[in-house]
Amino acid sequence: MVALTLRNTGKRYGALSIIQNMNLDVREGEFLVLVGPSGCGKSTLLRMIAGLEDITDGTIAMDGRVVNDLPASKRELSMVFQSYALYPHMTVAKNLAFGLENMKLPRAEVQRRVAEAARILQIEKLLDRKPRQLSGGQKQRVAIGRAIVREPKLFLFDEPLSNLDAELRVQMRAELASLYARLGTTMIYVTHDQVEAMTLASRIVVLRGGKIEQVGTPQELYERPQNLFVAGFIGSPKINMIESALKAGSDGMEVAAKGFQAFKVPRLDTKDGAITICIRPSSIKLGEGSVQAQGTVRLVEYLGNETLLHIALNSGQTLLVSGKATASLKMGDTVTVGFELADLHYFDSKGQRLEAI
Amino acid sequence: MRRFFTRNAPGYLFLSPWLIGFFLLTLGPILASLYFSFTRYDMVSAPRWIGWDNYVYMFTRDRRFWKALNVTFSYVALAVPARLAMALCVAMLLDKGLRTIGLYRAIFYLPSLLGSSIAIAILWRQLFAGDGAVNAVLSFFGIQGPSWITDPQTSLYTLVVLAMWQFGSPMLIFLAGLRSIPRDLYEAAEIDGTSRWRQFTRITLPLLAPVIFFNLVLQTIEAFKTFSSAFIISHGNGAPADSLLFYTVYLFNEAFSFFRMGYASALAWVLLVIIATFTGIAFLSSKYWVHYENERD
Repeated sequence: MVALTLRNTGKRYGALSIIQNMNLDVREGEFLVLVGPSGCGKSTLLRMIAGLEDITDGTIAMDGRVVNDLPASKRELSMVFQSYALYPHMTVAKNLAFGLENMKLPRAEVQRRVAEAARILQIEKLLDRKPRQLSGGQKQRVAIGRAIVREPKLFLFDEPLSNLDAELRVQMRAELASLYARLGTTMIYVTHDQVEAMTLASRIVVLRGGKIEQVGTPQELYERPQNLFVAGFIGSPKINMIESALKAGSDGMEVAAKGFQAFKVPRLDTKDGAITICIRPSSIKLGEGSVQAQGTVRLVEYLGNETLLHIALNSGQTLLVSGKATASLKMGDTVTVGFELADLHYFDSKGQRLEAI
Repeated sequence: MRRFFTRNAPGYLFLSPWLIGFFLLTLGPILASLYFSFTRYDMVSAPRWIGWDNYVYMFTRDRRFWKALNVTFSYVALAVPARLAMALCVAMLLDKGLRTIGLYRAIFYLPSLLGSSIAIAILWRQLFAGDGAVNAVLSFFGIQGPSWITDPQTSLYTLVVLAMWQFGSPMLIFLAGLRSIPRDLYEAAEIDGTSRWRQFTRITLPLLAPVIFFNLVLQTIEAFKTFSSAFIISHGNGAPADSLLFYTVYLFNEAFSFFRMGYASALAWVLLVIIATFTGIAFLSSKYWVHYENERD
């Protein structure tokens, strides 16, 4: 069942278009992550869904009902802000209860919901404290608690972990995942951190310049990126992109990738002579692979569980290679790198994915 | 000792304008007035020590002193809340993010620049005169207004209106305070379905409390010290029927009309104690209603 539908949805400030012609179905109970670089419009889109920003084009519908003109409070959703947005003069308990008081719920029900949220988020001992007496992680829990108590149909998160330090971010990420598993409510989550997106999402929407680049599961995005932007944005360390020439022959196609020996590839659905081939750093092997090239180690980054090598090919192209077996190498060493055809992604000169025919 | 002076002389040299000003123009007169308040002193003959007589007379026999206190307290009680309310209302309007906010800010601040001037006080007297502009406007609606300034029942209110009109300085401070309240808090409240009024009472007012407190203290002190407008409008003697006998006007008359400088000094010290008491009460009460975000626990 569809919880939220965007149809040709847009947002303009005068001549400046922030969100363009967006079409998206958010399924009920899914954890949808909006991800993209700064300024891509992901927070604006979230605020449009929340009702905090007007929609200038198209529609937003919830449970089949268009909500363009419905005020935020009537959309049955809760939002967790990047800044936590806790009322500094109220105790944690009052912060949690504030929204419920507007709903004119009986006092006993308010107390029950506050206690329940506090129990779920393990903040029972903090109920009498003011926000300034809380750590960043505790504030974030209270902010999430304030969203939970309203028992909304839809949760919106606007970069909720970006103010936390790295360790706490990992911890809170896990807690959010278990909270989602427990509540099963539809969640829309904005982040610029692809690790958050990959670990939390049922599906990811990659945005750029106010447009959707691709929608898919984390695995789909990683394994079958639809364009160069998504290929480059998803995955860390970043995918290798090699500009190549494509020649059609009688028995298939041949790719001449800079620095590599020419190799035959399946017939691709393009007439372009110039394509880009992409390969993940983890798919490049040292001394192995059906397609090989010579290079020099320019930088060794030891990360503990893996080592990241920056290898300059004789053509001048730099490749990132990650793996365990590379730990003994040092700068200046000459190496042979190689890959298998099955690990390649092909993109045409416009950056769109090419499929084998 | 000599080394001390050679080492520190440049510092004291730079401090000297302030030091001279402080000792000669502030501390000296303060101490002198404290001494005079225990004397009979007509500014011609030498002051004569009379102990607490000035203070005893003031509290037991001087009916005009009590009248002046009554007028001043009434004025403070009306003008301070009126000016602060006006300032807050305008600040909230300007906080809506107008493009020409700078222009409006300047325009709204203008009365505060002009307000304490003699010219505005004279203008005010004419506006609220029996045949003044206010009554001319009222007569359009068929209302026969009183002679606002010369009627003891209404004269004080004209000064309260003047005080309200001079809302610029607290307005600017309120505006800065409003700007410092994060937008997120209102957006969170909006999603929670909080009404505009509840947002004002539960978010804006509590978070603005430190600024309200600051403005309250400043404006209360200023209101107690109101002089030039009251002096001009009341023709310098608190007329009509002492209804504009502000404490400072009475003090001025005692000092410079009747040359009772000793008694006027005692009046000044009582005013100081009154202002200090009110400020102290405000500070003591503040812990119950002023929330500071970064205060220590």
